[in-house]
Amino acid sequence: MTTSTAKKAGLSPAKSAFWAGVRDGAPFILMAGPFATLFGVVATDAGLTLAQAMGFTVLVIAGAAQFAAVQLMVENASIAFVLLAALAVNLRMAMYSASLVPYLGSAPLWKRACIAYLNFDQTYITSVARYEARPEMPVPERVAYFFGVATPITPLWFGMTLVGILAGKAIPEAWALDFILPIMFLAMVAPMLKSLAHIAAAGMSMIVALALVDLPAGTGLLIAAGAAMVTGALVEIWMEGRAK
Amino acid sequence: MNYSTTEIWLIILIMGIGTFLIRFSFLGMIGDRPMPSFVLRLLRFTPVAVLPGMVAPLVLWPAATDGQTDPVRLLAAGMTVLVSFWTRNALWGILAGAVTFYGAIGVIDLLPMLR
Repeated sequence: MTTSTAKKAGLSPAKSAFWAGVRDGAPFILMAGPFATLFGVVATDAGLTLAQAMGFTVLVIAGAAQFAAVQLMVENASIAFVLLAALAVNLRMAMYSASLVPYLGSAPLWKRACIAYLNFDQTYITSVARYEARPEMPVPERVAYFFGVATPITPLWFGMTLVGILAGKAIPEAWALDFILPIMFLAMVAPMLKSLAHIAAAGMSMIVALALVDLPAGTGLLIAAGAAMVTGALVEIWMEGRAK
Repeated sequence: MNYSTTEIWLIILIMGIGTFLIRFSFLGMIGDRPMPSFVLRLLRFTPVAVLPGMVAPLVLWPAATDGQTDPVRLLAAGMTVLVSFWTRNALWGILAGAVTFYGAIGVIDLLPMLR
């Protein structure tokens, strides 16, 4: 069971999987830090109290949806509309949830519940890339790895929101922090383009998302993702047919 | 903002519960029951189906420039994809993108002074 590297380090396989997760999650500090700070600033500007802004960050723990909700609250939208729009932004996570089932479905229910709470873009894509690369990884190690990835990101997300609330407008716009997020996501997804089917799926996702960009929060992305998955599957089936 | 304190907390609580339920949905309900193979095939494309669509509008029509396409951001995004694709390593891609982005901003800031 024990891998040779884990034996050398005197760690159990689950522990070494956890630390591998911590190592792979650490770079996201670069993105989560500024993004969380920005949320603290925006939420305070909008008129939320410290407790409310922190409540958002700890209970919802999904940056894009939090920004969407606060934006609509500033515009005094109806409560139902705020909720619908912000939750629509998070619907992509239902796809993440489904895609983790083959890897983590047999883990104990309480661990799956903890993973669900921590299942955001960074933890999801980092973990699923590892699971794909190492199909032989046992389920307890997969769970430990997921928690490892979340470990450097989550406390920082909470802490830097607090810094943003307290620091207020002291963060200059010239830092152009807005572009850290796209760069991180692009860098994460490009290594996963490992076949023509994956490239076709990514291309379809971009085309449909750009065409539907004016649809209300998140819905264009959902349609784009659905079309992209079907495209990827069809191209893969076509390639398998040709290979025979 | 004219919501009462109760209303604000209601929004936060429902968003928190709703977001958790979305994330728990399949992983929580299906558990280790087998899924049909065509569903598994679709799901294996989830990362490459969601993230490019999420990022494309941010790259082409960035909020920071009020939706105007910005050559610097396009270039930085292109470098990020190229480098992380070739090296198969996200960190190198992030580094290449950041250096391109802040490097280009720096050069553009310096140009008027050189004239």
